[in-house]
Amino acid sequence: MAERRIRVLIGKPGLDGHDRGAKVVATALRDRGMEVIYSGLHRTPEQLVQAAEQEDVDVIGLSILSGSHMELLPQVRRLLVQRGLEHVVLVGGGIIPPADAAELEKGGYARIFGPGTPTQAIAEFIEEKVGIEA
Amino acid sequence: MVLATFARRLEPTPEALLEAFRGGAVGALSRAISWAENGHDDVDSVLDALFPAIGQAWRTGFTGPPGAGKSTLVDALVGRYAGDRRSTALLAVDPSSPFSGGALLGDRIRMNQRVLDQGVFVRSMASRGSLGGLARASETACDLLDAFGFQEILVETVGVGQAEVDIAAATDTTVVVLTPASGDGIQAMKAGLMEVADLYVINKADLGPAAALAGEIEAMLDLRDPSRPRPPVLTCSALKGKGLAELVEALDRIRLRDRDSGAMQGRRQRRALSRVRRRIGETLRHRLWTEHGWEQLARQALADGKRPDRVAFDLLQNWWESGPFGQPAPANPAQKPASSPGPSRKQGNG
Ligand SMILES: Nc1nc2c(ncn2[C@@H]2O[C@H](COP(=O)(O)OP(=O)(O)O)[C@@H](O)[C@H]2O)c(=O)[nH]1
Ligand SMILES: [Mg+2]
Repeated sequence: MAERRIRVLIGKPGLDGHDRGAKVVATALRDRGMEVIYSGLHRTPEQLVQAAEQEDVDVIGLSILSGSHMELLPQVRRLLVQRGLEHVVLVGGGIIPPADAAELEKGGYARIFGPGTPTQAIAEFIEEKVGIEA
Repeated sequence: MVLATFARRLEPTPEALLEAFRGGAVGALSRAISWAENGHDDVDSVLDALFPAIGQAWRTGFTGPPGAGKSTLVDALVGRYAGDRRSTALLAVDPSSPFSGGALLGDRIRMNQRVLDQGVFVRSMASRGSLGGLARASETACDLLDAFGFQEILVETVGVGQAEVDIAAATDTTVVVLTPASGDGIQAMKAGLMEVADLYVINKADLGPAAALAGEIEAMLDLRDPSRPRPPVLTCSALKGKGLAELVEALDRIRLRDRDSGAMQGRRQRRALSRVRRRIGETLRHRLWTEHGWEQLARQALADGKRPDRVAFDLLQNWWESGPFGQPAPANPAQKPASSPGPSRKQGNG
């Protein structure tokens, strides 16, 4: 098998219009050597899963500040499974209370990153998860 | 480093991938494109099987300076094609970072979601830097989209580096997108950009008069070989939706013309031939350089103070005389004319 690059979809589901955090993470992952696809604002779970399938990504990173994470994030996971894309590593970030984060991590999310997580930690987590050192 | 072995993602067998691909599974198409990008070992067997299905789609490339409005324009066109019930795929190529090798691919941001919802397939592709490699990966990706059954394949690429030449080589029609404010007219334009076009479109006509630039382009076209078809020069505003119907019409006319005149066939034949040539070059270079240890030999010879060109000639000469194809070359130099096919006599390899 030839060498390849980690592909990541950075998505903004829901209604909030703040994508500074998403862009910071996207840029950091790019600088780490990953190919990062940014979805733009206001995408529905259906649209994000469609993008993940067409782009053949290894990872979806969702940034959400609107408070509707307990609807939107599990919905992304359900649709991924429906489309046969369970191999895609799911991570999330934004304003998500620890109790919700714990529940999401039980429900298929590899990790929910709290506010202020250094981008390097996110990059390292992704590399680990996708199988860099395996 | 991010170049990984990816033990954890199960790759399908080529047979399973083909079956899913033929069954119309989008996931199989997108995985096949990844295989093409990555030089996966099994991509050639997949392409062998799909080859008879390739050749029905029309491939249109869009290139031009960054910010000219290519993505906006392509998005609008995709919308029109989808509205006409032409099944459409878009390949958006962006440069990889020369420093990290990563890429930030933002072309989906501009895509109108209504269009995406109509079943348009959009794939972002990073150029991954290598000269000519862009053409290979994007051409193979187009082959896959073609075999999957898309009628319209649009390819967007930024006209920097070699990209516009690569894309022109990989498509049936090439559109160069400019704006009224493009530099100081065509004098400032990259030569490559001005040579690859089958059609010019001056976008952002809503921002200012396009007549001056259009006039300059026409004057330049007056100087061209008149036996080649003259590229039309159109103006539009992708943002305001002005001039798009005319653009679609002009593209359709070029397509009909090139189909009937045999130009399309000629272009595709040249493309196939140059692909064979490129593949031979790449494979030979790789085999000799890494598997035959020529890299080591070259390092040694350079360390001994030899001139680089001489190192190359000597390596090729020795290889040729030892019989690169299993049989020693004729020993008697008198029987070997100066125009011998021996690589040692060739000037470069294109
Ligand atoms: N005024 C005006 N702006 C446009 C037009 N087309 C694109 N733009 C804007 O130009 C900028 C760059 O467009 P984009 O499609 O990303 O350009 P690309 O880099 O060539 O793909 C964006 O802000 C667009 O909204 C147009 O026809 N008129
Ligand atoms: Mg663009």
